[in-house]
Amino acid sequence: MKHALRPSQYAVLIAIMLTASVGDSLLSRGMGQVGHVDLHHLGLLWHALFNPFVDAGIVLLIGFFACYTTALSWADLTFVMPATAFGYVVIALLGRFWLHEQMSLSRWAGIFLIVCAVGFVAGGPSKTEHPELDQMDAGAGR
Amino acid sequence: MIDPRTFHVWSSITFVAAVAVAGEVLIAAGVRELGDLDTIRERSGILGAVRAVLTSGKFVMGAFFMALNFFAMLFALSIAELSLAAPAIASFTYIGNAIAAKLFLGERVDHRRWLATGFMAVGVVLLTR
Repeated sequence: MKHALRPSQYAVLIAIMLTASVGDSLLSRGMGQVGHVDLHHLGLLWHALFNPFVDAGIVLLIGFFACYTTALSWADLTFVMPATAFGYVVIALLGRFWLHEQMSLSRWAGIFLIVCAVGFVAGGPSKTEHPELDQMDAGAGR
Repeated sequence: MIDPRTFHVWSSITFVAAVAVAGEVLIAAGVRELGDLDTIRERSGILGAVRAVLTSGKFVMGAFFMALNFFAMLFALSIAELSLAAPAIASFTYIGNAIAAKLFLGERVDHRRWLATGFMAVGVVLLTR
């Protein structure tokens, strides 16, 4: 059986793409402001929690975690993975068309490969059949 | 001989990826046992869904690994350049997840998904160039 996704489930996958990529970018910017952290200065990790970019990144990553957990309840891990990879494409395209950054040929190649990966996986079933577990799911849904 | 700093950077990257794979596989195993969270939410409300998730031992262990991954990631980003650490961690995690999903979750990782995993791993590296 091919597990077709509902529109709300596609919305969850899109939220995964956006929250992961933007959240990582905010964390990266925040950690750039916090500075170098090493084993002798682990206290800086606590200090990082008071940086607004790190905080915003954490909020988005909590949203990502909620969406990701939901998606894993109705789709395979290897089906959901390309959605996280597509977030990198979103960041690259935002950089190109919003920030007018230069895009090298290899970046376009990377975007092409990730889009292909999403296409490969999206064209197949979203979930592996596990008859015993699926029976339990049906029982739980009653 | 490998430069100690290079070794330190790649050890951190490998550790972050390994912790991420452990966390994601445990979380996937936990919620897979619970069933569709949308169905649980419709039946028991959002609090019922949160309760179901938080009482899953595998999920809690997975969340612990993901929290460890978060702090390990902050540490890795402080010693390695983002342009190296982010794609390397992502690539290792995608490949590790595909292998672990097949071995531990019993997912049917067919040639199409292997190809997608390879494309993603190479794709994120190319994106940083």
